[in-house]
Order: sequence, then C-alpha cells, then structure tokens
Amino acid sequence: MSMWKHHAIFEKNSLVLLVGILIVIAIGGLVEIGPLFYLKSTIETVDGVRPYTPLELAGRNIYVREGCYLCHSQMIRSLRDEVERYGHYSLAAESKYDHPFQWGSKRTGPDLARVGGKYSDDWQRGHLNDPRSVVPGSVMPRYGFLAETPLDFAHIQEDMQVLAIEGVPYTPDLIAKAKVDIKAQLSPDDPSVADLVKRYPKAVAHASLGGEAGPTEQDALVAYLQMLGTTVDFKLFDAKANWR
Amino acid sequence: MVDNTHQDIDAATGTATTGHEWDGIKELNTPLPKWWLYILYACIVWSVGYWFLYPAIPLPGGHTPGLLGWTSRGAVTADLQELQAQRATLVGQLNKSTLQQIAADPKLAEFARAYGRSSFGVNCAPCHGSNGQGSAGYPNLTADRWLWGGKLDQISQTITHGARSGDPDGHEGNMPAFGKDGILTKDQIGQVAAYVVSLSTPTTADVSAGQKVFAENCAPCHGDNAKGNPDVGAPNLTTKIWLYGGDKATIQETLTNGRGGHMPAWGSKLDPATIKALTVYVHALGGGQ
Repeated sequence: MSMWKHHAIFEKNSLVLLVGILIVIAIGGLVEIGPLFYLKSTIETVDGVRPYTPLELAGRNIYVREGCYLCHSQMIRSLRDEVERYGHYSLAAESKYDHPFQWGSKRTGPDLARVGGKYSDDWQRGHLNDPRSVVPGSVMPRYGFLAETPLDFAHIQEDMQVLAIEGVPYTPDLIAKAKVDIKAQLSPDDPSVADLVKRYPKAVAHASLGGEAGPTEQDALVAYLQMLGTTVDFKLFDAKANWR
Repeated sequence: MVDNTHQDIDAATGTATTGHEWDGIKELNTPLPKWWLYILYACIVWSVGYWFLYPAIPLPGGHTPGLLGWTSRGAVTADLQELQAQRATLVGQLNKSTLQQIAADPKLAEFARAYGRSSFGVNCAPCHGSNGQGSAGYPNLTADRWLWGGKLDQISQTITHGARSGDPDGHEGNMPAFGKDGILTKDQIGQVAAYVVSLSTPTTADVSAGQKVFAENCAPCHGDNAKGNPDVGAPNLTTKIWLYGGDKATIQETLTNGRGGHMPAWGSKLDPATIKALTVYVHALGGGQ
C-alpha cells in the first residue's frame, strides 16, 4: 500500500511529526472543549441549585481534603438500578458550583449525591466517629478526629472570592457575611437563621457539638453532607425537556 | 512501516526488516496478520454507522441527535417505565388499598413485605439495622415495642413524617435534660435511675426515694406505671428493651442530658406505595399491634 510510503515522511522528520501531532490534538481539543463554550446545551435549567453556604463550603473543603471522593462518588448515573437505589439521576446543574466537582468514579462506599437528609445528624456523627457502630460490615475508616478538630474558617472569604472568579455567584454581600453565616448555621434556634435562609434558600441549621470551643470540622462536614442533593425539587423538573 | 526503497529481506525468515541496525541486530518488520487487519478495518467502517445513528458530533448550541433519537436519559426513563409496568398490577393494588386491606390479603401482603424489604435495605437499614434489630439510639423494630405506636397507621405516620424531623406533622417531644437544665439534682437523678433499673430488674434495695421523684417528674410522660405513652414517644421502662441502654450509668446520662433521636420524614423522598409496603414490612417485623 503506497499510503505507507508517505507515512515515512512523519517518521523521518521530527518537525513534520510535531506539526502532525499538533493538528491531531487541535481537532481533539476542538471537538471536546469547543462545546463547553456553549454550556447552555450542557447544563440544564433547573430551579433551586444554589451556591454552598460558607459552612457547607468549609465542610466541602474537608470532604476534599480527606479524599472522600476516593471511595464515594457523587454522581447517580442514568441507569435503572442506580435511580432505583439512589434516586433521580444527577444533573449537570447540580454540580455547576462545584470547583472541582466530586463526581468520582470509585464506589467502595455508596454514592453520596443525594445523601442529604436521608439520615439524622446524630447518625452522620456516629457514623463518622465509628462507622461500624451503625453499619457493622462497613470498611470505612474512622473520622472521629474531625469532632475534636476546631474548624479553621479564617480563609473562608478568600475561598468564596476565588469561587466567585470561577463563576459561582457569591456577591460581595454574601462574602462579607460569611463568618456570620457560619455561626448562624450552627445556631438552630437563633433568629439569624432566617437571614441565612434568605441568602441561601433551603439551608438547614445544625446543632454544633463544638460548644464554647467553636465549630468543629465535623460540624461543617455534616452540614455539607446533609445538603447534598437537596436543592432541586424534582416535582418541578421537566425531565423530558432535558433528555440528552 | 515498510520502507520499500530500502527493502532488506532477512535470509532466515524471508521477512522484510525495518532497515535499521543496532550493533548488528536487525528488527523484523513482520506484517500484521491479515485476519486481524481486516477486522480492524471492518470495525472502523462499522463505527461510522454510530455517527449517524447515535448522538455524536458536538456543535455550537447542541450536538447531532442521531437518526435513532437515542438519549441516555430517555433510555433510563424507558427502563423505569418498563419496571413500573411490570410492577403495575401489584403496586396499583397497594395504591388503591388501605393498609388494613393490604395486611389482610395474603398475596398482597407478601408482595408488600418483599417490596418493603428491598426499600428497607436501602433506606432504613443504616440506622435500624439490616434486619430491623436497631442499635444504641436507633429503635429495634423486631421487639413489638413501639415508641410511637405499633398499629399500621401509626407506623405509616412515623415513616411519612418522621420524628423531630422538622416536618410539621412529625412526632415531637424530647426527653428533657433533667440534670443539665437543673430540674433534678445529681442525688435525685441517682435515686430515680436506681428506681428505673428496678422496674425491669427487681431488687431488694429501697428505691422509694426514686419512686417519689419518678411520680413527680417522669410519670406525666412515662405513665404512673412507667409503661410509656406512644403519643409522646415515651418508652415503656418496665421491659429489658432499651433504646440507649438500661444500666444505671446510661440511665443517669439520659436523665442528665436528655434524649431525642431524629428520624427523617420519608414522605418527601418515597412514593406512597413504597411507604405502604415499608409499613406492612416493619409491622410484620415486630409482630405488629
């Protein structure tokens, strides 16, 4: 086949090979990256998805730090068995404020995309402290130290500023009130919770176990876990319009 | 690839070499087996079909939908509809029947228990245990002792609205923190704990002091005879079934700090037929009232 004769040109001239590689990568890049500039077709229009509250964001940082994504996915795939077990399949819109997203692909533990509200705060705490106490066959490590580690949220406003640059709608007002909101979300009986919910619809306040010492890392992680998958009301979601 | 201009045939095998030589070693350029090569070409040709039949080419503002109109979300919706159709007869009967009718119909009750069991495994087992046996802080559902009542309607109410869940129809009512809130002194708590232990483990010791404290502080919820009250979720204290532990130290801790476990409201997460099935399953677990 004479075609292979021309192939020798690439094999013998490194510069030609380089140009060839660039052209091939450029095509791949255009096909894969190009459409991302037209995100309207990628991310559905869904009501309810909101940015994380500062406390949830702090909890998310701990989730990322501890590498929870190495065993838990946050992506319910559009397969019958998954929808039967975990609930409605995940929407792109539900992780549009995740930088980086925590979809994961490893399921040593169950998917967590809709774990929010499924179990009580006490269960989440007990399970983090000693997973075997509630799930006898669990292989999850203990994360009891989170309950003893004070939450360091000194830089939460910088976190929010960076996310705002990446497109998360954290307004200067939300950023300014970040530390107030962290305290509010850990004071369920405080009137300040109403303001928090105004800023972050459906936010739920959780009792802190940190007491006088202030919030713990576990408080933040539980707040994050308890909101996962709770923002979208699927009764209002037009699934058929978003088939893809 | 074969460089035909410098064809160099290896004498021993009769195969062309690559034309390179490293310290006297030459590399044979054995051609790919024909059967393999043609299967590769056939696959390439086959793949072109997918471009036309399935969503393939990303474009600004969308992508080519493909002639079959297939979407992964459409596919899962169809799968779920098929599943619903399979279950339609029996799930339809669950929807139409009252809990009592389901429990009374052997065939429907059997389906409800099987359907409920699979939902229980996913949703309830993490707290109540894979067989409903519970653990410290999470009620045992197999003992026919019910915090909020063990009749079908009561179980259904608990599953749908939860306990201390924030649902306006959920069960409310906490065990007060008698110690922390300064209602009882440490001594009184010790006395009443000893009395409560004596209710299920008879003792010859004098617990009359504790009995008096009990009558004044605990009886309004737990009842004069300590048999509990499902209306406020007050457990029966005369059995050996304990939610948090029945030893004196644990009871003292309960009295000091109070208790109030949370159960989520499942009404917003599960459909009515599943809740009915769960109710019948849980009811059967404990023997049912």
